[in-house]
Amino acid sequence: MSTIAQKKGFGATVWDFLTTVDHKKIAILYLIAGGFFFLVGGLEAVFIRIQLAVPNNDFVSAGAFNEIITMHGTTMIFLAAMPLIFAFMNAVMPLQIGARDVAFPFVNALGFWLFFFGGIFLNLSWFLGGAPDAGWTSYASLALHSKGHGIDFYVLGLQISGIGTLIGGINFLVTIINMRAPGMTYMRMPLFTWTTFVASALILFAFPPLTVGLTLMMFDRLFGANFFDVTMGGNTVIWEHLFWIFGHPEVYILILPAFGIFSEIFSIFSRKRLFGYSSMVFATVLIGFLGFMVWAHHMFTTGLGPVANAIFAVATMAIGVPTGIKIFNWLFTMWGGSVKFTVPMYYAFGFIPSFVMGGVTGVMVATAAADYQYHDTYFVVAHFHYVIVGGVVLGILAGVHLWWPKMFGTMLSETLGKVTFWFFFIGFHLTFFIQHFLGLWGMPRRVFTYLPGQGFDTANMVSSIGAAFMSIGVLVMLYNIIMTSVKNVKVGNDPWEDGRTLEWSIPSPPPFYNFKQLPLVRGLDAYWIEKMDGKKGMTPAEPLGDIHMPNGSFIPFMIALGLFIAAFGAMYHVDKEAWALPVLIIGLLVTFGSMFVRSIKDDHGFHIHKEELQDEKGAKA
Amino acid sequence: MKRLAKWRLIPLFALLALVLSGCGKPFVSALSPAGEVADMQYDLMKLSTYVMVGVILIVMIIFVLIFVRFKRKDDRIPKQVEGSHKLEIIWTTIPILLLLILAVPTVAATFKLADVSPMDKKDSKALVINVRSHLYWWDFEYPGQKIVTSQELVVPTDEKVYFNLKSMDVKHSFWIPAVGGKLDTNTENINKFWLEFDDKRSNEAGNLFYGKCAELCGPSHALMDFKVKAMSRDKFDAWVTAMQDVKEPQKADTDLAAQGQEIFNQSCIGCHAVTPANKMPETARLAPNLTNFGDRSRVAGILDHNKEELKNWIQNPETYKPGNMMTGKYKELNDQELDAVAEYLMGLKVQE
Ligand code: HEC
Ligand SMILES: [Cu+2]
Ligand SMILES: [Cu+2]
Repeated sequence: MSTIAQKKGFGATVWDFLTTVDHKKIAILYLIAGGFFFLVGGLEAVFIRIQLAVPNNDFVSAGAFNEIITMHGTTMIFLAAMPLIFAFMNAVMPLQIGARDVAFPFVNALGFWLFFFGGIFLNLSWFLGGAPDAGWTSYASLALHSKGHGIDFYVLGLQISGIGTLIGGINFLVTIINMRAPGMTYMRMPLFTWTTFVASALILFAFPPLTVGLTLMMFDRLFGANFFDVTMGGNTVIWEHLFWIFGHPEVYILILPAFGIFSEIFSIFSRKRLFGYSSMVFATVLIGFLGFMVWAHHMFTTGLGPVANAIFAVATMAIGVPTGIKIFNWLFTMWGGSVKFTVPMYYAFGFIPSFVMGGVTGVMVATAAADYQYHDTYFVVAHFHYVIVGGVVLGILAGVHLWWPKMFGTMLSETLGKVTFWFFFIGFHLTFFIQHFLGLWGMPRRVFTYLPGQGFDTANMVSSIGAAFMSIGVLVMLYNIIMTSVKNVKVGNDPWEDGRTLEWSIPSPPPFYNFKQLPLVRGLDAYWIEKMDGKKGMTPAEPLGDIHMPNGSFIPFMIALGLFIAAFGAMYHVDKEAWALPVLIIGLLVTFGSMFVRSIKDDHGFHIHKEELQDEKGAKA
Repeated sequence: MKRLAKWRLIPLFALLALVLSGCGKPFVSALSPAGEVADMQYDLMKLSTYVMVGVILIVMIIFVLIFVRFKRKDDRIPKQVEGSHKLEIIWTTIPILLLLILAVPTVAATFKLADVSPMDKKDSKALVINVRSHLYWWDFEYPGQKIVTSQELVVPTDEKVYFNLKSMDVKHSFWIPAVGGKLDTNTENINKFWLEFDDKRSNEAGNLFYGKCAELCGPSHALMDFKVKAMSRDKFDAWVTAMQDVKEPQKADTDLAAQGQEIFNQSCIGCHAVTPANKMPETARLAPNLTNFGDRSRVAGILDHNKEELKNWIQNPETYKPGNMMTGKYKELNDQELDAVAEYLMGLKVQE
């Protein structure tokens, strides 16, 4: 499709993307938007490390620092990691199950635009009086105490983008349940699809509690309610529960798909089927399930009492077991294999020690009594960056290199990829390893500065130098992406040559209908099986026939835009601005008007006729 | 293999350098425990670290072997192994056992640290301190002794000290790293726990521990430090008596200080008390109690304790603690007045 898009000219391409409901293009939108926010969040991280490089620094003010850490965390989790993961889910999952699109293409587009407008709204706070400053956890007493509109941006922006994530998750669930190709039983699904499935289920149960919390806070801040106002009988600990009932599963929403990506990579580049596939699936489901039983480990020092703390401590430790199973299964996938060290494999290989480190410190912080020391210190900062950077971000970077050819039809430079890897990887360990010790030596987290003479100086400097390394790595990767796109050397169906799953059986990038004929799946690693039988491609499961495709639509964009406008109205209504109420109403009218139009106007999509498919080049009769 | 060895060494070297430069400071590091609670936590840390280092070693051995043995050399297709029940059972049960080794002492310690029953016993001799956190300062009330002090906690060594923790505005967290883990000061309830300060090791740490706020609470969260003076029970009792003896605001003993006291009584006394008795209701205590300000080791928890810094603070608190609750709430003082007030405050001592 991209070749056709290029011929269309710039304006038409933009319009194409604004109206697209094609999962592959939506994936590209997620990749671009998520990548952009990743750079923004990264820049914020660099500011943090500059400020903390030396004691008593005044690179940024105390207030600005709190805004930066809040936005760094919020941006990285909600606007970078989630959408980047969504990019791969969109790009790859339908291909892996042999589907022509997701179950609800329209909803898919809507999900993207909601996320996008929510993210833009949140970031506009920088230009409209100041960003939120109560931390990404936005604990209620501080959030209600915070002046200005920062927290309102947080509350409204996350509600908008949260709806997008929620409907995206539901869409993936329905797709995987209903749209698998003939023969693709659950236990033949690639592990990335499985992790997408479980992560989507987690989204379904985890995002509503967050939305409830955000809505209560919105009512407190904007409409005079007192849910969290202690002097009026409110309770702020409720917020902590709601936030972490979402917040802990969120970690698994991010890490499980990353596990999925690594599972694919280990298997592809070792030329071996995933070791213990069924126990991997079982471990994934178990981690997802246990993920909901452990939220209070973030609240060990809140004062819930020894019974609650002990139960949640033991439950949390239990998660170590399925995670350990996974690590060993990956190792034994490579064991006895023929391991090729491509860039994706570099990331996957580097992931093992990094993530194991994050996992074991996870067990350490789970020991409640000792966590009273770790909690809210740099030890925890180190721990969750080992999990999120060492797991999720390495997974995303691995995924970018692995699936770039499938998404864009070109291959990223392996040399530059390795340069990126080394800078990023060394920088990562340099930045975060030492932070474990900073925490143990007594440095709390979220401090805008520290006084000299407490033994924190050298370690902070080391950490900041590490951040510089990571930045260089990211810049090299950007250069790599640009050069690859400029050179534009196209590759074939299976550019890594060892592809195992269905996405590698079709062209790169795939035609917009994905599969001319739905493939017949004969087992796990469907494409590999055919290759081993000496076949070139998949055996079709149906005769060549007309394909029903959905029409593009501008309505998803409008629905999201309406909420974006309405949010401004809701927010400035508090300041008694005369224009606020009309803006709120207009925004809601745009949203509900668009939904109304969508409901009454029938859109039956269109058919690609058999004859056209036969004419396409490369078509086999 | 060489490359691999290189990057494994980098964090090791960094670590070594830091360990050599001193494992944190004894007055603020959780790695140099100076009391029963910190000891228990340190033991748990060590136990979990040993277990975890073991796990890491096993993973790393397999990891390195893979790198050495299974790099692609030819175009062969390896055997497609489905899995191995035996191996899978091994790496399921061993972690479960390891976690049990960790879980049992964790649960035991969790209950032990939460045991505050002596607090509630009738006529118990246990020392109880009410800690109230405010944006960005700490109030310490000794209900049994009927005295209040701020910013510097004074405690006896070698006995359990019990704490009631509460916040008066936003959530904070009360933490003395070298003596024990933290507990949050919530806005809606009182949290209770105990700490113990070891006499010998307090001495080694200079008898002055650093305390910190560990929960993000606004711009000056990083500066919400307090200090803990640990002393023997005898000295502590003497201190309590000395505090209790201050029934009336202390009289200034020089002319300059007398002038300072007058200014203080006009501009500052509305917020700052200079007597240790706690007549005012909780919510009316808007600022640190200054009864023994002259005995303290810091101004506002962070600045060196001398007249110059004190004057700086009074003149412009905002530069030192952004967002604090004192800025702009009193009339500006000229240099001479500043000097007088500082003179007066530095003279507020209960001990030699
Ligand atoms: C609105 C109430 C208020 C008024 C009036 C006020 N202060 Fe304060 N003062 C505070 C608060 C609150 C703090 C704690 C600031 C912090 O550490 O965040 C403080 C802290 C201090 C400290 C440091 C205390 C310590 O234990 O280290 C000194 C000294 C001080 N004030 C002196 C003065 C003087 C002198 C005046 C009168 C000229 C004055 N204050 C007027 C509220 C007030
Ligand atoms: Cu968690
Ligand atoms: Cu704080």
